[in-house]
Amino acid sequence: MVDNLLEIRDLAVEFGTDIGTTYALREVSFDVPRGKVTAIVGESGSGKSVTANCIMRLIQSPGRITGGQIHFSPNDVTAYDIAALPDKDPRLLDLRGGSVSMVFQEPMTALSPVYTVGNQVAEAILCHRKVSKEEALEEAADMLRLVGIDDVGRRIHQYPFEFSGGMRQRVVIAMALVCHPQLLICDEPTTALDVTIQAEILTLIRDLQKDLNNSVLFITHDLGVVAQMADQVVVMYQGRVLEVGSVRQVLKTPVHPYTRGLLAAIPGLATKGERLATIASVVGDADLITPHPLVTLADGRQVSLPSDQLAALELANG
Amino acid sequence: MRAYVIKRVFGMIPTLILISGLIFIVIQLPPGDIVTSTLDRMQSQGLEVSAEAVANLRAQYNLDQPLLIQYVRWIGGFLIGDMGYSYLFTRPVSELVWERLGYTLMITVSSLIFTWAIAIPAGIYSAVRQYSFVDYLITTIMLVGLATPSFLLALMAMYAGYELFGISIGGLFSPEYRDAPWSFAKLMDFLSHLWIPMVVLGLGGTASTMRILRANLLDELSKPYVVTARAKGVKPLKLLFKYPLRIAINPFISTIGLLMPALISGEAIVSIVLGLPTIGPALIQALIAQDMYLAGSFLMLLAVLTVLGMLLSDLLLAWADPRIRYE
Repeated sequence: MVDNLLEIRDLAVEFGTDIGTTYALREVSFDVPRGKVTAIVGESGSGKSVTANCIMRLIQSPGRITGGQIHFSPNDVTAYDIAALPDKDPRLLDLRGGSVSMVFQEPMTALSPVYTVGNQVAEAILCHRKVSKEEALEEAADMLRLVGIDDVGRRIHQYPFEFSGGMRQRVVIAMALVCHPQLLICDEPTTALDVTIQAEILTLIRDLQKDLNNSVLFITHDLGVVAQMADQVVVMYQGRVLEVGSVRQVLKTPVHPYTRGLLAAIPGLATKGERLATIASVVGDADLITPHPLVTLADGRQVSLPSDQLAALELANG
Repeated sequence: MRAYVIKRVFGMIPTLILISGLIFIVIQLPPGDIVTSTLDRMQSQGLEVSAEAVANLRAQYNLDQPLLIQYVRWIGGFLIGDMGYSYLFTRPVSELVWERLGYTLMITVSSLIFTWAIAIPAGIYSAVRQYSFVDYLITTIMLVGLATPSFLLALMAMYAGYELFGISIGGLFSPEYRDAPWSFAKLMDFLSHLWIPMVVLGLGGTASTMRILRANLLDELSKPYVVTARAKGVKPLKLLFKYPLRIAINPFISTIGLLMPALISGEAIVSIVLGLPTIGPALIQALIAQDMYLAGSFLMLLAVLTVLGMLLSDLLLAWADPRIRYE
């Protein structure tokens, strides 16, 4: 019996615009196990961030959730369906920043320029627990120390523009973790940072996850990051889930042609000077455009493929 | 911060010296002076004036002195509060100025409060509920308000007041209180007259203020820090006020300084229509009559108010926005 913190089933999201409806998510289903790192990979527009925003109910008009469930089973309260909560449900405010929190892509703009770092981190505590401002600031300072900020006593009274990009992302991580969330969503947390800082932030997130034993949902388009960070991988394309499995399964023996295409498109030393493989060259377009239900294979992974390809797979696997 | 304040305060001095010179020159530019315009008036009434009397008059007003001496006398007196003598009103200028400045500031400040009390809630609502029916309604009303000249509004208010309520709107006091000493009854009478100029003058600014706030707030609402705060679990109303609004309001702080002179000189036509005892109408009369001391003092005061207003704005902005404070 797998212990899942989050079970997403058939999630659908639409964005209504003047020129028609965009289906951002269709029949998205996957689980986020407790105490593990789950990565969602996919190209721009595949619905990774929309999925994350759905979990915190941050989707705003003209977008809306049109179907499906997000079963959330926190440790301390009765399980409920996040997708079905009314907009004014008090559980939403507990959820946001309390039991689920998020680290965003843009550390440069994710903090308000007119409040001190300490104020913004402590606010997360004050939103969820009845403590005095001083106690909240003290806890904020402890958390800032934990994410590796030096000279916290002085830095806590500084403004975000006095921090570098990497340091700001540490502040955002501290802000996200300060209420000990059971699920931390990281939406491409290193995309806006330079490579050395990226490695530091990834190590930090991984180490903190081990210490705090929370679940992490890690959104990225970088398969290298997936290999380094994740236990489980969800591959998304055009608002659909194509393949779900353990990191080993998905990266070593990908089943879906799109996943194979993604892996083939990673630039390596061997391909220097040659043309990079494109997804289209590996995957037939028809395979991607026609939707197929997710089917669980014998080894436990799930994949969305046409029935003839599935049959061939089953045969090959015996 | 202290260095910034000191730098700004001392920076005002050369600006004001330059402005005072310009004011003096511009007032001297048109041909003739107060004596020629007085002579014209007297001659049109059929009075003969001897050349000797004219020379005496010139000497009395120091008009026979070189321009530089006239300037130094004027600005020197201004610095110690002696603003000279108004030929037009035959009273010391300082008396006139303080009396009119008081009313002007009172009307200016009250119409500013009126403007903000209407424009800020309307702008916030319009931005938060963008493209809703109420947004379109507010926007439409505001556009009509923006397109209506305030003197027309003043005329309409006077007409409506007379036709509907049988009261005559105009001036700041009923006739029986006009020259009476200040008392509680006079104060009440003043307040009952104040609201018309307040509304008429305030409405024009309301439309533009509301439009600017709406646009600023819409910009801020889509910024990532707002989503971060929402994801943190901040309650919706607190979120709106603490995050996007807090930054959307900054441009207004920087325009407080500009509003001061605009409201004082911009109200001239409305004040003439409504018969208000403010600076605008007196300034126009003084300029027509080439009443050097009166016009110069008014303009100089406007300049001082502008410079002080800008200083106030900059200091407030530095206080409100750490990004400026720490530069």
